[in-house]
Amino acid sequence: MPFGYASPEQIMRDKADYARKGIARGRSVVVLQYVDGILFVAPNPSRALHKISEIYDRIGFAAVGRYNEFEELRLGGIRYADINGYTYDRSDVTGRGLANLYASNLGRIFTESIKSLEVEVVVAEVGDTKEGDAIYRLTFDGSVFDEHGFAAMGGQAEAVAGRLKERYRESMSLADALEVALTALTEPGGERPPVAQLEVAVLDRNREHRKFLRLTGARLERLLAQTSNPPATPPATPPATPPATPPQGSGDTPPPTGPDGDVDDGSSPL
Amino acid sequence: MASHRDLPVGLVNQLFQNTGSSSFTEFVGSYAPELLPRRGEVLATPIGDQVPHATTIVAATFAGGVVMAGDRRATSGNIISQRDVEKVFRADDYSCMGIAGTASTGIEFARLYRVELEHYEKVEGRSMSVQGKANRLATMIRGNLAMAMQGLVVVPLFAAYDPDKDEGRIFSYDVAGGPYERERFDAIGSGSIFARGSLKKLYRDGATADDMAMTLIQALYDAADDDSATGGPDVSRKIWPIVSVIDADGFRRLPEEEVSGYVQQMLDARLISPDGPIAPLR
Repeated sequence: MPFGYASPEQIMRDKADYARKGIARGRSVVVLQYVDGILFVAPNPSRALHKISEIYDRIGFAAVGRYNEFEELRLGGIRYADINGYTYDRSDVTGRGLANLYASNLGRIFTESIKSLEVEVVVAEVGDTKEGDAIYRLTFDGSVFDEHGFAAMGGQAEAVAGRLKERYRESMSLADALEVALTALTEPGGERPPVAQLEVAVLDRNREHRKFLRLTGARLERLLAQTSNPPATPPATPPATPPATPPQGSGDTPPPTGPDGDVDDGSSPL
Repeated sequence: MASHRDLPVGLVNQLFQNTGSSSFTEFVGSYAPELLPRRGEVLATPIGDQVPHATTIVAATFAGGVVMAGDRRATSGNIISQRDVEKVFRADDYSCMGIAGTASTGIEFARLYRVELEHYEKVEGRSMSVQGKANRLATMIRGNLAMAMQGLVVVPLFAAYDPDKDEGRIFSYDVAGGPYERERFDAIGSGSIFARGSLKKLYRDGATADDMAMTLIQALYDAADDDSATGGPDVSRKIWPIVSVIDADGFRRLPEEEVSGYVQQMLDARLISPDGPIAPLR
């Protein structure tokens, strides 16, 4: 401690504020269950720098925040999974194990380092049935949330999660789930991100070997065409919600004391 | 260096000291070397004869892909140790490997190799090039040279679909590595001389995947016919060769019904003509 005294509470609070502000500057990412597995959707203008990734046969990863930090978590996760699958058996690698590893590392870094990581992570595992699916959301301080059905994180996480909660239903088709995700990611009255700026992937339990599949190009466009033509399949009874929530604050402007550096603000870091 | 157990997420900045490769084998080598296939241990006496061996893998290209097939017999000396062993392994979506030689080492290689390819793909966000895949396998074989000298020889045959060329490619290896790219077809294992002779006569340029699967089944039968360590189709137990096809749609192992159909067709013909189809003289 170079200058004077700061209470532990104050230090922790400052670190948490710092991390929260960093994460809040980025865009949101949405993860939700659909009938055949789990869908990941992230607005991401970069084609090469992913926010969504495969970790293992049944396990996917999504992250928001500082790219270099969550990339390191991603690589660590892949190593953890591959080494365990090779040591024991492929079926012995679980999403829970990975979530615990991330939680302990995030927690350790939060308490021990001067700067906590500015990341939020989702570890999702697809099961043989929808009951076997798991979505774990981890925050910068190592807290783990076992989410049911869907998770949102990043910039306007609360608003996005609110919109998700309104529209999410169990066992949606892939097209419906994508529609719900895009609606959740779009501010009421706002414009949806163009196809070229969408990163979409699924963990599809019906696939053989590795369940993770990135949806790109023609396949994604076909899927989006299915979603936008029959506009709102979700129960058209309570659509009075969008006008009820007006412009949703000026969430786009970064907070005044946001950290410097390569926080993911939606533009390509390269 | 980050120590063994606190790894996966070592957020210490070791830029340039530890740039990290995308190779799983290299990572395991520094993190937990005991997990890698044994290297360089010298045994008092060669034990090659006491360990089950796998024999005869064949592969051939067709228009837009490659087929690989293997018989099911494993032998220890003159004993048949297993009748339904699997020697052709899927490596990733677009490649596979067959193994001849010490079965245990081969299976270990196949397991490690699959992780190696997937690890690279996940870390880099792209698949390794076909030549890269062939080279990685060569490195693994080279690492096993000391064991090979003790009689624990394992030699793979590698086949992959190359999306850049839209064709199948075949690579073979010797105990010291390789890779040697093969045109059209190749065979490894104790029955390979007979299989290769058969393939030489039966191979047709531009054949379909189905025709090439049939050709490989014929070649395996010819190998089993003359090599005691290669198993022919076991009709009473319904054990058929393993046949895998790789093309632009990826890797697929032919279902048992399909293979048994081919085998039955071949056996019926062999009842009339025991040496199999006759290639035209001119």
